[in-house]
Amino acid sequence: MSDVVIAGVSQTPVGEHWDWSLRNLAAQAVQAGRRDAGGLMPQVVYIANVLASTVSHQANLGSLVASNAGLAGVEGVTVEAAGASGGAAARMAFLAVSSGIVDVAMVLGVEKFTDQAYAEAETALAQTMDADYESMQGATPTSQAALLMQRYLHDYNVQHDCFAGFPLNAHANAAHNPNAFFRKPISRQVYEQAETVNEPFNIFDAAPYADGAAALILTRSDIVPKDVGHGLVRITGSSIVTDTLALHDRTDPLAFQAAGFSIERACSQAGILPQDADLFELDDAFSIYAALSLEAAGFARGGEAWRLAEQGQIALGGSVPISTMGGSKGRGNPVGATGVYQLVEAALQLRGEAGKNQIPGARRALVQSLGGPASTAVTHVLEKLI
Amino acid sequence: MEVPRHWRLRQQRYALVGEVCPHCDAKLFPPRDVCPHCGQEARTRFTFSGRGEVYSYTHMSDAPAGFEQNAPYTVALVKLEEGPLVTAQLTDLDGKPVEIGMPVEMVTRRIRSDDGEKGILVYGYKFRPVLAGPR
Ligand SMILES: [Zn+2]
Repeated sequence: MSDVVIAGVSQTPVGEHWDWSLRNLAAQAVQAGRRDAGGLMPQVVYIANVLASTVSHQANLGSLVASNAGLAGVEGVTVEAAGASGGAAARMAFLAVSSGIVDVAMVLGVEKFTDQAYAEAETALAQTMDADYESMQGATPTSQAALLMQRYLHDYNVQHDCFAGFPLNAHANAAHNPNAFFRKPISRQVYEQAETVNEPFNIFDAAPYADGAAALILTRSDIVPKDVGHGLVRITGSSIVTDTLALHDRTDPLAFQAAGFSIERACSQAGILPQDADLFELDDAFSIYAALSLEAAGFARGGEAWRLAEQGQIALGGSVPISTMGGSKGRGNPVGATGVYQLVEAALQLRGEAGKNQIPGARRALVQSLGGPASTAVTHVLEKLI
Repeated sequence: MEVPRHWRLRQQRYALVGEVCPHCDAKLFPPRDVCPHCGQEARTRFTFSGRGEVYSYTHMSDAPAGFEQNAPYTVALVKLEEGPLVTAQLTDLDGKPVEIGMPVEMVTRRIRSDDGEKGILVYGYKFRPVLAGPR
Protein backbone atom coordinates (compact mmCIF):
# COMPACT_ATOMS: atom_id res chain seq x y z
CA MET A 1 0.00 0.00 0.00
CA SER A 2 1.38 3.41 -0.99
CA ASP A 3 1.38 6.49 1.22
CA VAL A 4 -1.05 9.10 -0.03
CA VAL A 5 -0.35 12.83 0.16
CA ILE A 6 -2.35 15.91 -0.72
CA ALA A 7 -0.20 17.63 -3.33
CA GLY A 8 -2.56 20.48 -4.11
CA VAL A 9 -5.77 22.15 -3.00
CA SER A 10 -8.12 24.81 -4.35
CA GLN A 11 -11.46 26.43 -3.59
CA THR A 12 -13.71 29.03 -5.12
CA PRO A 13 -15.52 31.46 -2.84
CA VAL A 14 -18.77 29.95 -1.55
CA GLY A 15 -21.90 31.95 -2.29
CA GLU A 16 -24.61 32.75 -4.80
CA HIS A 17 -22.71 32.72 -8.07
CA TRP A 18 -25.33 33.90 -10.55
CA ASP A 19 -22.69 34.42 -13.25
CA TRP A 20 -21.08 31.01 -13.01
CA SER A 21 -22.51 27.70 -14.14
CA LEU A 22 -21.71 24.27 -12.78
CA ARG A 23 -19.02 23.78 -15.42
CA ASN A 24 -17.47 27.22 -14.82
CA LEU A 25 -17.18 26.58 -11.10
CA ALA A 26 -15.71 23.13 -11.69
CA ALA A 27 -13.14 24.43 -14.17
CA GLN A 28 -11.94 27.12 -11.77
CA ALA A 29 -11.32 24.58 -9.04
CA VAL A 30 -9.68 22.07 -11.41
CA GLN A 31 -7.24 24.62 -12.79
CA ALA A 32 -6.38 26.18 -9.44
CA GLY A 33 -5.93 22.73 -7.89
CA ARG A 34 -3.53 21.66 -10.61
CA ARG A 35 -1.52 24.90 -10.26
CA ASP A 36 -1.25 24.35 -6.50
CA ALA A 37 0.05 20.83 -7.15
CA GLY A 38 2.85 22.12 -9.40
CA GLY A 39 0.94 21.34 -12.60
CA LEU A 40 0.30 17.65 -11.94
CA MET A 41 -2.11 16.05 -14.40
CA PRO A 42 -4.62 13.71 -12.76
CA GLN A 43 -5.37 10.33 -14.35
CA VAL A 44 -8.74 10.17 -12.67
CA VAL A 45 -11.19 12.72 -11.27
CA TYR A 46 -13.80 11.77 -8.71
CA ILE A 47 -16.57 14.36 -8.72
CA ALA A 48 -18.60 14.95 -5.59
CA ASN A 49 -22.03 16.34 -6.43
CA VAL A 50 -25.60 15.84 -5.25
CA LEU A 51 -27.93 18.21 -7.08
CA ALA A 52 -26.79 18.55 -10.71
CA SER A 53 -29.19 15.94 -12.09
CA THR A 54 -32.22 17.71 -10.60
CA VAL A 55 -31.30 21.35 -10.08
CA SER A 56 -29.25 21.74 -13.29
CA HIS A 57 -30.81 18.82 -15.25
CA GLN A 58 -27.28 17.53 -15.78
CA ALA A 59 -25.90 14.03 -15.26
CA ASN A 60 -22.61 12.41 -16.33
CA LEU A 61 -20.43 15.11 -14.83
CA GLY A 62 -17.29 13.03 -15.37
CA SER A 63 -17.38 13.69 -19.07
CA LEU A 64 -18.69 17.25 -18.82
CA VAL A 65 -16.20 18.45 -16.24
CA ALA A 66 -13.18 16.70 -17.70
CA SER A 67 -13.71 17.94 -21.23
CA ASN A 68 -14.55 21.49 -20.14
CA ALA A 69 -11.64 21.88 -17.71
CA GLY A 70 -8.72 20.66 -19.80
CA LEU A 71 -8.73 17.08 -18.58
CA ALA A 72 -10.06 15.58 -21.82
CA GLY A 73 -9.98 11.82 -21.84
CA VAL A 74 -9.27 11.23 -18.15
CA GLU A 75 -11.24 8.72 -16.13
CA GLY A 76 -14.05 10.59 -14.42
CA VAL A 77 -17.14 9.60 -12.44
CA THR A 78 -19.53 11.15 -9.96
CA VAL A 79 -19.56 9.99 -6.34
CA GLU A 80 -22.77 10.69 -4.45
CA ALA A 81 -23.45 10.19 -0.75
CA ALA A 82 -25.65 13.21 0.05
CA GLY A 83 -23.78 15.70 2.27
CA ALA A 84 -20.95 13.19 2.61
CA SER A 85 -20.23 13.14 -1.14
CA GLY A 86 -17.05 15.21 -0.84
CA GLY A 87 -15.60 12.92 1.81
CA ALA A 88 -16.69 9.86 -0.13
CA ALA A 89 -15.03 11.10 -3.33
CA ALA A 90 -11.82 11.70 -1.35
CA ARG A 91 -12.07 8.16 -0.03
CA MET A 92 -12.28 6.82 -3.62
CA ALA A 93 -9.23 8.85 -4.63
CA PHE A 94 -7.39 7.63 -1.52
CA LEU A 95 -8.18 4.00 -2.41
CA ALA A 96 -7.09 4.53 -6.02
CA VAL A 97 -3.72 6.03 -5.12
CA SER A 98 -2.99 3.78 -2.15
CA SER A 99 -3.67 0.72 -4.32
CA GLY A 100 -0.83 1.76 -6.61
CA ILE A 101 -3.09 1.54 -9.68
CA VAL A 102 -3.47 5.32 -9.99
CA ASP A 103 -0.56 7.76 -9.56
CA VAL A 104 -2.45 11.05 -9.45
CA ALA A 105 -6.12 11.42 -8.56
CA MET A 106 -8.21 14.56 -8.33
CA VAL A 107 -11.16 15.02 -5.99
CA LEU A 108 -13.48 17.71 -7.24
CA GLY A 109 -16.45 18.88 -5.22
CA VAL A 110 -18.88 21.05 -7.15
CA GLU A 111 -22.41 22.15 -6.35
CA LYS A 112 -24.70 24.62 -8.10
CA PHE A 113 -27.55 25.25 -5.68
CA THR A 114 -28.86 28.57 -6.95
CA ASP A 115 -30.02 27.45 -10.42
CA GLN A 116 -33.49 26.88 -8.95
CA ALA A 117 -35.68 28.82 -6.57
CA TYR A 118 -35.04 27.89 -2.95
CA ALA A 119 -38.16 25.71 -2.49
CA GLU A 120 -37.36 23.62 -5.57
CA ALA A 121 -33.73 23.22 -4.56
CA GLU A 122 -34.77 22.17 -1.08
CA THR A 123 -37.16 19.63 -2.57
CA ALA A 124 -34.23 18.29 -4.57
CA LEU A 125 -32.25 18.00 -1.34
CA ALA A 126 -35.09 15.99 0.21
CA GLN A 127 -34.23 13.26 -2.32
CA THR A 128 -31.33 12.38 -0.06
CA MET A 129 -33.87 11.08 2.48
CA ASP A 130 -36.09 7.99 2.34
CA ALA A 131 -38.43 8.95 -0.51
CA ASP A 132 -41.23 6.51 0.36
CA TYR A 133 -41.31 7.03 4.11
CA GLU A 134 -39.75 10.42 4.94
CA SER A 135 -39.98 12.97 2.14
CA MET A 136 -43.43 11.63 1.13
CA GLN A 137 -44.62 12.68 4.61
CA GLY A 138 -43.48 16.26 4.03
CA ALA A 139 -40.22 15.92 5.94
CA THR A 140 -37.06 17.70 4.77
CA PRO A 141 -33.41 17.51 5.86
CA THR A 142 -34.05 20.59 8.01
CA SER A 143 -37.05 18.98 9.71
CA GLN A 144 -35.00 15.85 10.41
CA ALA A 145 -32.42 17.97 12.21
CA ALA A 146 -35.19 19.80 14.08
CA LEU A 147 -36.68 16.47 15.23
CA LEU A 148 -33.28 15.51 16.62
CA MET A 149 -32.84 18.84 18.37
CA GLN A 150 -36.31 18.65 19.93
CA ARG A 151 -35.59 15.18 21.32
CA TYR A 152 -32.15 16.32 22.54
CA LEU A 153 -33.71 19.20 24.48
CA HIS A 154 -36.18 16.75 26.02
CA ASP A 155 -33.80 13.92 26.88
CA TYR A 156 -31.10 16.14 28.38
CA ASN A 157 -33.40 18.76 29.84
CA VAL A 158 -31.61 21.73 28.25
CA GLN A 159 -32.86 24.92 26.60
CA HIS A 160 -32.56 25.79 22.92
CA ASP A 161 -30.04 28.59 23.51
CA CYS A 162 -27.46 26.06 24.72
CA PHE A 163 -26.70 25.57 20.98
CA ALA A 164 -25.68 29.23 20.54
CA GLY A 165 -21.96 28.46 20.83
CA PHE A 166 -21.88 26.55 17.54
CA PRO A 167 -23.07 29.26 15.14
CA LEU A 168 -21.21 31.91 17.16
CA ASN A 169 -17.93 30.04 16.73
CA ALA A 170 -18.60 29.33 13.04
CA HIS A 171 -19.39 32.95 12.21
CA ALA A 172 -16.42 34.25 14.22
CA ASN A 173 -14.09 32.01 12.22
CA ALA A 174 -15.76 32.71 8.87
CA ALA A 175 -15.09 36.43 9.37
CA HIS A 176 -11.43 35.79 8.48
CA ASN A 177 -12.02 33.34 5.64
CA PRO A 178 -11.92 35.15 2.28
CA ASN A 179 -13.87 32.27 0.69
CA ALA A 180 -16.70 32.29 3.21
CA PHE A 181 -20.31 33.16 2.34
CA PHE A 182 -20.93 35.03 5.63
CA ARG A 183 -18.02 37.05 6.89
CA LYS A 184 -19.63 38.77 9.86
CA PRO A 185 -19.57 37.56 13.45
CA ILE A 186 -22.96 37.25 15.18
CA SER A 187 -23.76 37.98 18.80
CA ARG A 188 -25.47 35.75 21.31
CA GLN A 189 -28.34 38.20 21.42
CA VAL A 190 -28.85 37.94 17.67
CA TYR A 191 -28.94 34.14 17.97
CA GLU A 192 -31.39 34.13 20.85
CA GLN A 193 -33.75 36.55 19.11
CA ALA A 194 -33.60 34.96 15.65
CA GLU A 195 -36.70 33.83 13.82
CA THR A 196 -37.81 30.26 14.51
CA VAL A 197 -38.08 28.30 11.27
CA ASN A 198 -38.65 24.69 12.28
CA GLU A 199 -39.50 24.80 15.97
CA PRO A 200 -37.32 24.50 18.05
CA PHE A 201 -34.90 25.48 15.33
CA ASN A 202 -34.01 29.05 14.34
CA ILE A 203 -32.38 30.39 11.18
CA PHE A 204 -28.92 30.20 12.76
CA ASP A 205 -29.24 26.48 13.48
CA ALA A 206 -29.10 25.62 9.78
CA ALA A 207 -26.15 26.32 7.49
CA PRO A 208 -27.01 28.27 4.33
CA TYR A 209 -26.93 26.24 1.11
CA ALA A 210 -24.79 27.83 -1.58
CA ASP A 211 -22.72 27.31 -4.73
CA GLY A 212 -19.05 26.35 -4.68
CA ALA A 213 -16.28 24.15 -6.02
CA ALA A 214 -13.13 22.85 -4.37
CA ALA A 215 -10.46 20.36 -5.35
CA LEU A 216 -7.72 18.17 -3.95
CA ILE A 217 -4.92 16.39 -5.79
CA LEU A 218 -3.82 13.13 -4.19
CA THR A 219 -0.64 11.33 -5.15
CA ARG A 220 2.45 9.62 -3.73
CA SER A 221 5.08 11.90 -2.21
CA ASP A 222 7.75 10.86 -4.74
CA ILE A 223 5.58 12.18 -7.58
CA VAL A 224 5.07 15.68 -6.13
CA PRO A 225 7.17 18.22 -8.07
CA LYS A 226 10.14 19.38 -5.98
CA ASP A 227 9.29 23.05 -6.53
CA VAL A 228 5.65 22.70 -5.43
CA GLY A 229 6.24 25.53 -2.95
CA HIS A 230 4.15 24.40 0.01
CA GLY A 231 4.04 21.75 2.70
CA LEU A 232 2.51 18.33 2.13
CA VAL A 233 -0.20 16.61 4.09
CA ARG A 234 -0.51 12.85 4.39
CA ILE A 235 -3.80 10.97 4.64
CA THR A 236 -3.24 8.43 7.40
CA GLY A 237 -6.80 7.28 8.01
CA SER A 238 -9.89 6.98 5.83
CA SER A 239 -13.26 5.41 6.54
CA ILE A 240 -16.86 5.36 5.34
CA VAL A 241 -19.58 3.87 7.52
CA THR A 242 -23.31 3.76 6.73
CA ASP A 243 -26.34 3.67 9.02
CA THR A 244 -30.04 3.44 8.13
CA LEU A 245 -31.14 6.06 5.61
CA ALA A 246 -34.28 6.97 7.55
CA LEU A 247 -33.98 8.42 11.02
CA HIS A 248 -36.98 6.38 12.19
CA ASP A 249 -35.21 3.08 11.47
CA ARG A 250 -32.79 3.61 14.36
CA THR A 251 -33.07 2.47 17.95
CA ASP A 252 -31.38 5.63 19.22
CA PRO A 253 -31.58 8.48 16.69
CA LEU A 254 -29.38 10.74 18.87
CA ALA A 255 -26.47 8.28 18.81
CA PHE A 256 -25.05 9.09 15.34
CA GLN A 257 -23.56 5.61 15.45
CA ALA A 258 -21.99 5.69 11.97
CA ALA A 259 -20.21 8.93 12.86
CA GLY A 260 -18.67 7.29 15.92
CA PHE A 261 -17.64 4.10 14.12
CA SER A 262 -16.10 6.02 11.25
CA ILE A 263 -13.98 8.11 13.65
CA GLU A 264 -12.85 4.95 15.44
CA ARG A 265 -11.82 3.21 12.22
CA ALA A 266 -9.99 6.18 10.71
CA CYS A 267 -8.16 6.89 13.97
CA SER A 268 -7.17 3.29 14.47
CA GLN A 269 -5.70 3.19 10.94
CA ALA A 270 -3.74 6.33 11.77
CA GLY A 271 -2.71 4.93 15.15
CA ILE A 272 -4.12 7.89 17.05
CA LEU A 273 -6.92 8.73 19.44
CA PRO A 274 -9.43 11.40 18.42
CA GLN A 275 -8.02 13.59 21.21
CA ASP A 276 -4.61 13.56 19.48
CA ALA A 277 -5.99 15.75 16.68
CA ASP A 278 -5.29 19.49 16.77
CA LEU A 279 -8.56 20.29 15.01
CA PHE A 280 -11.79 18.54 14.06
CA GLU A 281 -13.53 19.69 10.90
CA LEU A 282 -16.91 18.15 11.60
CA ASP A 283 -20.23 18.47 9.79
CA ASP A 284 -22.13 21.48 11.10
CA ALA A 285 -24.85 21.59 8.45
CA PHE A 286 -27.10 21.98 11.51
CA SER A 287 -25.97 23.03 14.99
CA ILE A 288 -27.45 19.84 16.44
CA TYR A 289 -25.24 17.82 14.06
CA ALA A 290 -22.13 19.53 15.44
CA ALA A 291 -23.18 18.56 18.97
CA LEU A 292 -24.07 14.97 18.08
CA SER A 293 -20.82 14.56 16.09
CA LEU A 294 -18.70 15.72 19.03
CA GLU A 295 -20.54 13.27 21.27
CA ALA A 296 -20.28 10.37 18.79
CA ALA A 297 -16.53 10.98 18.47
CA GLY A 298 -16.14 10.82 22.24
CA PHE A 299 -15.24 14.46 22.89
CA ALA A 300 -18.25 14.80 25.19
CA ARG A 301 -20.80 12.56 26.80
CA GLY A 302 -24.35 12.44 25.47
CA GLY A 303 -26.07 15.74 26.17
CA GLU A 304 -22.86 17.63 27.00
CA ALA A 305 -21.24 18.74 23.73
CA TRP A 306 -22.90 22.15 24.00
CA ARG A 307 -20.82 22.68 27.17
CA LEU A 308 -17.65 22.45 25.05
CA ALA A 309 -19.08 25.29 22.97
CA GLU A 310 -20.04 27.34 26.05
CA GLN A 311 -16.57 26.89 27.53
CA GLY A 312 -14.80 27.98 24.34
CA GLN A 313 -13.27 24.53 23.81
CA ILE A 314 -14.42 24.48 20.16
CA ALA A 315 -12.79 27.86 19.42
CA LEU A 316 -9.44 28.22 17.63
CA GLY A 317 -7.57 28.24 20.94
CA GLY A 318 -9.65 25.50 22.57
CA SER A 319 -9.02 21.81 23.14
CA VAL A 320 -11.04 20.69 20.12
CA PRO A 321 -11.28 23.49 17.54
CA ILE A 322 -14.11 22.89 15.04
CA SER A 323 -15.28 24.76 11.92
CA THR A 324 -11.93 26.56 11.94
CA MET A 325 -12.64 28.40 8.66
CA GLY A 326 -16.31 28.91 9.43
CA GLY A 327 -17.73 25.45 8.80
CA SER A 328 -20.87 25.03 6.72
CA LYS A 329 -22.60 27.55 8.97
CA GLY A 330 -20.24 30.44 8.17
CA ARG A 331 -18.43 29.37 5.00
CA GLY A 332 -21.69 28.15 3.48
CA ASN A 333 -22.88 24.67 2.59
CA PRO A 334 -22.30 23.68 -1.03
CA VAL A 335 -23.79 20.24 -0.28
CA GLY A 336 -21.79 17.72 -2.32
CA ALA A 337 -18.72 19.95 -2.38
CA THR A 338 -18.74 20.61 1.36
CA GLY A 339 -16.62 17.59 2.26
CA VAL A 340 -13.94 18.74 -0.17
CA TYR A 341 -13.95 22.24 1.34
CA GLN A 342 -13.51 20.68 4.78
CA LEU A 343 -10.48 18.70 3.59
CA VAL A 344 -9.01 21.73 1.81
CA GLU A 345 -9.39 23.84 4.96
CA ALA A 346 -7.83 21.18 7.18
CA ALA A 347 -4.94 20.78 4.73
CA LEU A 348 -4.35 24.55 4.77
CA GLN A 349 -4.28 24.47 8.61
CA LEU A 350 -1.62 21.74 8.49
CA ARG A 351 0.34 23.62 5.82
CA GLY A 352 0.32 26.67 8.08
CA GLU A 353 -1.67 28.67 5.53
CA ALA A 354 -4.86 29.37 7.48
CA GLY A 355 -4.10 33.08 7.93
CA LYS A 356 -5.71 34.71 10.95
CA ASN A 357 -7.41 31.42 11.81
CA GLN A 358 -4.16 29.45 11.94
CA ILE A 359 -3.98 26.99 14.82
CA PRO A 360 -0.36 27.33 15.95
CA GLY A 361 1.67 24.20 15.32
CA ALA A 362 -1.27 22.19 13.95
CA ARG A 363 0.04 18.78 12.93
CA ARG A 364 -2.99 16.52 12.79
CA ALA A 365 -6.62 16.98 11.74
CA LEU A 366 -9.78 14.92 11.85
CA VAL A 367 -12.21 15.65 9.03
CA GLN A 368 -15.71 14.22 9.01
CA SER A 369 -18.58 14.64 6.54
CA LEU A 370 -22.10 13.35 7.03
CA GLY A 371 -24.73 12.33 4.50
CA GLY A 372 -28.06 13.08 6.15
CA PRO A 373 -28.22 12.55 9.92
CA ALA A 374 -25.07 10.38 9.79
CA SER A 375 -26.77 7.95 7.40
CA THR A 376 -23.34 8.01 5.82
CA ALA A 377 -20.27 9.15 7.75
CA VAL A 378 -16.87 9.67 6.17
CA THR A 379 -13.80 10.41 8.27
CA HIS A 380 -10.23 11.20 7.23
CA VAL A 381 -7.17 11.73 9.36
CA LEU A 382 -4.68 14.21 7.90
CA GLU A 383 -1.13 14.65 9.18
CA LYS A 384 1.48 17.22 8.33
CA LEU A 385 4.35 15.57 6.46
CA ILE A 386 7.60 16.60 8.10
CA MET B 1 -46.01 11.57 -9.43
CA GLU B 2 -45.58 7.95 -10.23
CA VAL B 3 -48.82 5.96 -10.07
CA PRO B 4 -47.27 2.45 -9.75
CA ARG B 5 -45.18 3.57 -6.84
CA HIS B 6 -48.10 4.89 -4.84
CA TRP B 7 -50.14 1.80 -5.71
CA ARG B 8 -47.34 -0.45 -4.49
CA LEU B 9 -47.25 1.32 -1.13
CA ARG B 10 -51.02 1.41 -0.56
CA GLN B 11 -51.09 -1.13 2.28
CA GLN B 12 -48.40 0.72 4.16
CA ARG B 13 -50.01 4.11 3.55
CA TYR B 14 -53.63 3.18 4.32
CA ALA B 15 -53.26 0.46 6.93
CA LEU B 16 -49.75 0.56 8.42
CA VAL B 17 -49.00 -2.92 7.15
CA GLY B 18 -45.47 -3.86 8.10
CA GLU B 19 -43.89 -7.17 8.93
CA VAL B 20 -43.19 -9.48 11.80
CA CYS B 21 -39.96 -11.39 11.52
CA PRO B 22 -40.73 -15.14 11.56
CA HIS B 23 -37.27 -15.80 13.01
CA CYS B 24 -36.90 -13.32 15.88
CA ASP B 25 -40.43 -11.90 16.21
CA ALA B 26 -39.30 -8.28 15.62
CA LYS B 27 -42.11 -6.01 14.43
CA LEU B 28 -40.94 -3.95 11.45
CA PHE B 29 -42.34 -0.77 9.96
CA PRO B 30 -41.61 0.26 7.28
CA PRO B 31 -41.23 -3.28 5.94
CA ARG B 32 -37.72 -4.44 5.12
CA ASP B 33 -36.44 -7.13 2.83
CA VAL B 34 -34.08 -8.38 5.51
CA CYS B 35 -34.72 -8.20 9.25
CA PRO B 36 -32.27 -5.69 10.78
CA HIS B 37 -32.32 -7.55 14.09
CA CYS B 38 -31.42 -11.09 12.99
CA GLY B 39 -30.36 -10.75 9.34
CA GLN B 40 -32.90 -13.25 8.00
CA GLU B 41 -35.68 -12.68 5.50
CA ALA B 42 -38.75 -10.97 6.92
CA ARG B 43 -41.81 -11.31 4.70
CA THR B 44 -44.68 -12.06 7.09
CA ARG B 45 -47.30 -9.32 7.05
CA PHE B 46 -48.19 -7.61 10.28
CA THR B 47 -50.76 -4.85 10.65
CA PHE B 48 -49.85 -2.30 13.29
CA SER B 49 -52.49 -1.02 15.68
CA GLY B 50 -51.86 2.60 14.72
CA ARG B 51 -51.48 3.63 18.33
CA GLY B 52 -48.34 5.23 19.67
CA GLU B 53 -46.86 8.34 21.19
CA VAL B 54 -44.92 11.37 19.98
CA TYR B 55 -41.16 10.71 20.15
CA SER B 56 -40.24 14.09 18.67
CA TYR B 57 -41.87 16.80 16.56
CA THR B 58 -41.22 19.99 14.65
CA HIS B 59 -43.55 22.68 13.33
CA MET B 60 -42.68 23.53 9.74
CA SER B 61 -43.51 26.93 8.34
CA ASP B 62 -41.81 26.45 4.94
CA ALA B 63 -43.10 23.50 2.98
CA PRO B 64 -41.31 21.67 0.19
CA ALA B 65 -42.98 21.42 -3.22
CA GLY B 66 -46.20 19.38 -3.10
CA PHE B 67 -46.94 20.26 0.52
CA GLU B 68 -47.54 24.02 0.26
CA GLN B 69 -51.27 23.63 0.85
CA ASN B 70 -50.61 21.97 4.20
CA ALA B 71 -48.21 24.60 5.53
CA PRO B 72 -47.71 25.25 8.34
CA TYR B 73 -47.73 21.64 9.48
CA THR B 74 -46.18 19.42 12.13
CA VAL B 75 -43.86 16.54 11.33
CA ALA B 76 -43.26 13.97 14.05
CA LEU B 77 -41.44 10.80 14.85
CA VAL B 78 -44.15 8.60 16.32
CA LYS B 79 -43.19 5.62 18.46
CA LEU B 80 -45.72 2.88 17.67
CA GLU B 81 -46.85 0.80 20.63
CA GLU B 82 -45.35 -2.28 18.94
CA GLY B 83 -41.90 -0.63 18.95
CA PRO B 84 -40.91 0.98 15.64
CA LEU B 85 -40.62 4.71 15.01
CA VAL B 86 -42.39 6.21 12.02
CA THR B 87 -42.11 9.64 10.36
CA ALA B 88 -45.54 11.22 9.86
CA GLN B 89 -47.48 14.45 10.07
CA LEU B 90 -49.66 15.20 13.06
CA THR B 91 -53.19 16.34 12.31
CA ASP B 92 -56.39 17.47 14.02
CA LEU B 93 -54.35 19.36 16.59
CA ASP B 94 -56.89 22.20 16.75
CA GLY B 95 -54.38 24.45 18.47
CA LYS B 96 -53.54 21.80 21.07
CA PRO B 97 -49.83 22.07 22.02
CA VAL B 98 -47.77 19.04 21.03
CA GLU B 99 -45.62 17.33 23.64
CA ILE B 100 -43.16 14.49 23.56
CA GLY B 101 -44.96 11.45 25.00
CA MET B 102 -48.39 12.62 23.83
CA PRO B 103 -50.58 9.62 22.86
CA VAL B 104 -51.57 9.60 19.18
CA GLU B 105 -53.45 7.36 16.78
CA MET B 106 -53.32 6.83 13.06
CA VAL B 107 -55.84 8.30 10.66
CA THR B 108 -55.89 8.35 6.86
CA ARG B 109 -55.64 11.77 5.27
CA ARG B 110 -54.45 13.45 2.13
CA ILE B 111 -50.70 13.74 2.59
CA ARG B 112 -49.68 15.34 -0.65
CA SER B 113 -51.13 16.96 -3.73
CA ASP B 114 -49.17 16.84 -6.93
CA ASP B 115 -50.05 19.82 -9.00
CA GLY B 116 -48.45 18.36 -12.09
CA GLU B 117 -50.36 17.36 -15.19
CA LYS B 118 -51.65 14.13 -13.63
CA GLY B 119 -52.97 15.90 -10.55
CA ILE B 120 -52.62 12.90 -8.26
CA LEU B 121 -53.67 13.20 -4.64
CA VAL B 122 -51.73 10.95 -2.32
CA TYR B 123 -53.50 9.61 0.76
CA GLY B 124 -51.81 7.98 3.69
CA TYR B 125 -51.28 7.87 7.42
CA LYS B 126 -51.14 10.84 9.72
CA PHE B 127 -51.49 10.77 13.50
CA ARG B 128 -53.92 12.70 15.68
CA PRO B 129 -54.06 13.15 19.45
CA VAL B 130 -55.95 10.44 21.33
CA LEU B 131 -58.69 12.48 22.89
CA ALA B 132 -59.77 10.76 26.07
CA GLY B 133 -60.34 7.48 27.81
CA PRO B 134 -58.01 4.64 28.75
CA ARG B 135 -55.71 3.39 26.00
ZN1 LIG C 1 -35.51 -11.07 12.72
